[in-house]
Amino acid sequence: MKNKNYSREHLAFLKKQRTKKITVIVLRCLVLAAVFGVWELLARYKVINSFITSSPSRVIKTIGMLYNEGTLFYHIGITLGETMAGFFAAVILGYATAVLLWSSDTLHAVMEPYIVVLNSLPKIALGPLIIIWIGTGNDAIIFMTVIVAVILCIMNTYAGFSAVDPTKLTLMKAMGAGKLTTLVKLVAPASLPALMNTLKVAVGLAWIGSIMGEYIVSRAGLGYLIVYGGQVMKLDLVMTATLILCALAGGMYAIIALIEKIVVKQF
Amino acid sequence: MLEFENVSYTYHTKSGETSAVRDLNFKVLKGQFVSVIGPSGCGKSTILSIAAGLLSPSSGKVVCDSAEFGYMLQRDALFEWRTVEQNIFLPLEIKKRNSAEMRKKAVELAEKYGLKDFLKKSPSQLSGGMRQRVALIRTLAAEPEILLLDEPFSALDYQTRLEVCDDVQAIIKSEKKTALLVTHDISEAIALSDKVVVLSSRPAHVVAEHAIDFAATPRERRNDVRFAKTFEVLREELGL
Repeated sequence: MKNKNYSREHLAFLKKQRTKKITVIVLRCLVLAAVFGVWELLARYKVINSFITSSPSRVIKTIGMLYNEGTLFYHIGITLGETMAGFFAAVILGYATAVLLWSSDTLHAVMEPYIVVLNSLPKIALGPLIIIWIGTGNDAIIFMTVIVAVILCIMNTYAGFSAVDPTKLTLMKAMGAGKLTTLVKLVAPASLPALMNTLKVAVGLAWIGSIMGEYIVSRAGLGYLIVYGGQVMKLDLVMTATLILCALAGGMYAIIALIEKIVVKQF
Repeated sequence: MLEFENVSYTYHTKSGETSAVRDLNFKVLKGQFVSVIGPSGCGKSTILSIAAGLLSPSSGKVVCDSAEFGYMLQRDALFEWRTVEQNIFLPLEIKKRNSAEMRKKAVELAEKYGLKDFLKKSPSQLSGGMRQRVALIRTLAAEPEILLLDEPFSALDYQTRLEVCDDVQAIIKSEKKTALLVTHDISEAIALSDKVVVLSSRPAHVVAEHAIDFAATPRERRNDVRFAKTFEVLREELGL
């Protein structure tokens, strides 16, 4: 990227861009530090009741405690596992369904109202059914994650398929390409950016699904810690689990954003 | 050779039926470059779709001694995720003629027409005129007998358009291909063709046919005194 032949003006421009980028990153960190700092100070000087609000130092202490008990990574692992399993299942199932809907206009027309209804249905309403059908194990939580995320995966992926340039479709048809060839050579690659967007939305939904699942049935996991902590008034535990969730969700989103950057570069 | 015999085509929509083409008769001889001009919305693109077999005529038939068509569209429709070279290979992959020999031929064709330095580039790095040239080479890569051109220059700005249209004509002539071009641009039709077919407004049928035989290249034609005369005649026939 570096080019010594740039004019002075261009170098100044690049420097300005860089400075701006760094400023934003520094300010972001400062916002985070300020929130935690104020929270800690308010708790320490008893402006707020740290029994109810917890505080950063108590959160760190709780993390240390969980770590020493050996359960920190156990709980994280359980929830992360459920979320990932649900996420991949939802994305794959969503993609496969979108391909089916795309392959037949009639099928799409038939299924559309059901998809719309399922999309608006609050999935938590299915909680009791899930317990009865699937039981109270991890499967139930993964199932909850899938149904929360899958409908949007179907809708987004299908929208991506339908947005393919009609001129390109005509071209494929004129070259004598069948449905499968059109899917493989044109529709799938052309809708990659849409797929990346779907993944981003699906990550958020997968976390909602897994935590919701753990609220209903669970004996371990971050959602379990939150419910348990709430029931026994251990707000430190609730805050700790919530902050860990924030970090994990942010991390997973960042990974997908990175993949997107690599994949979509050529578009 | 490609011949339309009493071809009619009717579009059906919920709100009714529209007769797009009625009793269409004309011929494109082997090696000939024929343009079809007509008022906009007269069903010109429909004619190409029928020729390519994408639509089947409501009545009449299209007689053709080769099923090998190449279709070139208004926009280049290059795939952004493929390099120029991979774009040119696309028809080979789809028509299952993706042999090393065919690929080599396609690359040679691209190099012959000035795409040598662009083969590994992405289409987004190319100018509009260059992209349309890639689209032409892509169309030629599968070695079609007949080229169907659907206003392939209409998305280009005027200067690029003159340049690319001369370019494309030269390539098609030197590769000895038969071509059927639809356009609404009278001067483009005169400059490029051996024969111009004038269509009426919808439902389209043939109003007149003109053989254009003066001057050899599009550039010379535009400078020829007969260009303006022919233009006048065609303009009258289109009712403009």
